[in-house]
Amino acid sequence: MRDVAHDGRDRSSEDYSSENSAGRTPADRGDPILQIDSVDLGYDELLVVSGVSLEVYGGELVGLVGGNGSGKSTILRAVSGMIQPRAGRILFGGRAVGKGSPHQMAEMGIAHVPMGRQLFPNMTVEQNLALGAYLPEPRKHRAGSLAHVYDLFPDLHGKRKVVAAALSGGQQQMIAIGRALMLRPKLLIMDEPSLGLAPRLVKEVMQAIRLVSQTGLPILLVEQNVKQVLQISDRTYVLENGKLVVEGPSKQLMGDEKIRRAYLGL
Amino acid sequence: MRIINFSHGDFVVIGMYTAIVLYTQLGWDPLLSLLVALPLGFLLGVVLERLILSRLVDVPEGSTLLATLGLSLVVQNTLMLSFGASPRSLNVAYGSATVNLGPMTLSVIQLVAGGIVLVVIAGLYLFLNYTERGQAVRATSQNRLGAELVGINTRSVHSLVFGVGVALSVAAGIILIPQLFVTPVITGPVFTLKAFVVTVLGGLGNVWGAIGGGLLLGVVEVLGAAYISFDYRDAYGLVAFLLILLLRPEGLFGRTVKRV
Ligand SMILES: Nc1ncnc2c1ncn2[C@@H]1O[C@H](COP(=O)(O)OP(=O)(O)O)[C@@H](O)[C@H]1O
Ligand SMILES: [Mg+2]
Repeated sequence: MRDVAHDGRDRSSEDYSSENSAGRTPADRGDPILQIDSVDLGYDELLVVSGVSLEVYGGELVGLVGGNGSGKSTILRAVSGMIQPRAGRILFGGRAVGKGSPHQMAEMGIAHVPMGRQLFPNMTVEQNLALGAYLPEPRKHRAGSLAHVYDLFPDLHGKRKVVAAALSGGQQQMIAIGRALMLRPKLLIMDEPSLGLAPRLVKEVMQAIRLVSQTGLPILLVEQNVKQVLQISDRTYVLENGKLVVEGPSKQLMGDEKIRRAYLGL
Repeated sequence: MRIINFSHGDFVVIGMYTAIVLYTQLGWDPLLSLLVALPLGFLLGVVLERLILSRLVDVPEGSTLLATLGLSLVVQNTLMLSFGASPRSLNVAYGSATVNLGPMTLSVIQLVAGGIVLVVIAGLYLFLNYTERGQAVRATSQNRLGAELVGINTRSVHSLVFGVGVALSVAAGIILIPQLFVTPVITGPVFTLKAFVVTVLGGLGNVWGAIGGGLLLGVVEVLGAAYISFDYRDAYGLVAFLLILLLRPEGLFGRTVKRV
């Protein structure tokens, strides 16, 4: 299923974003904070992602959606330096992302809300959040960041002395997002934050993400749930079998009949 | 983390031989040896972690168990080659000294050992709960990926923790040797087994549980030795261990840790 001919290397006029640049276009936002430039990615013999280009500009909420196994997490692994591109390059803040451990990504200013949240289950909500500001720079601002997180998620303030394991799935997701914010990151990346949550909680988490986005933090949101992402994001990329098949402003994709039928089941 | 170290007791034995050598060659009192051996034990632990265990992250848990068992064999046989198989001990002037507290007679060495244990427990408690690095250790043990993502270098945490573990084992050996006999291959596994029993009793990964498990094992062994028969001293603890595990497989104070 291909709605747009697109090989990722050659952004032609068929590209949605250049065809219909309604409202907030990347062009008037300066350099992208994250620039993935026609990368091929894989493991050993296996090529998983090919010719993918993707940008996140300052203040944007960008969705990256695709089915299970389409290569979303592989792209995130490359952004965080855990695997190296076979072709193309990845720039964060204009600098190439080198090979490294996840903790070095935090030092660079990329906060990651990982799949499955990965909280510290036997620590309190506040200890979980405080650890988000573990690195020296964010540590200087720990108290202020904590107040900011409690401002965004007042529920967490009421539970701050409760161990993380005792909270609901939705609240645990807030902790994971809050912990990421404590880093005072330049970019926030989320891998399937709605996974395993009841529909009501998914809405709650999406609202929380929207809220964080409104603070001006650029976000790359990876999800299987196309509909939810289109509703809150500025722009969305659709990945299929390791290739980008559709991209553009989310409002436009929502209004496109073909896309609604192919990806939204409407 | 989540490594069951089957060479733990052999580091106690290393401490014992260290105290013996420093005493016989240089005339050092074990308490002086302690000051030197603590940092060296820490370094040894860090080096071993880097050389062996750091290569075994994200592998099935049985692999680290086998690796530490292998390490145990290497340590035992190296000591055997160096010191021979006959039991050794260390006679210091205060080795059999006692103090009387009312009706109780207490050995000075055990009082010193008990005092040092209290200091170590208090120190570990303060470190784990009130320092940034201690919080990083707790975080790493609860969720390694989560810890990495907030910027904690979990490899260095692993080294730190193993270093502290080895340093404390070596220290225990140095403190206890004036009261005990040591042989290269038998003494280590006895300590490892007891440490294993104590930790499992307390619930793996539960610090307070381990302290409770240790007290319980000691009391069971001593009561059994006093009222049943001294010869089976080591057996009473193991019998109690089996009984408790039958009733509470997660250990006395264990809780099933939920992943979040
Ligand atoms: N560590 C790995 N080693 C080998 N193959 C992998 C690895 N991780 C993922 N893959 C493969 O790469 C493909 C894409 O996986 P992934 O990026 O996790 O997809 P998604 O996150 O979109 O579900 C899958 O076919 C998966 O089997
Ligand atoms: Mg994935």
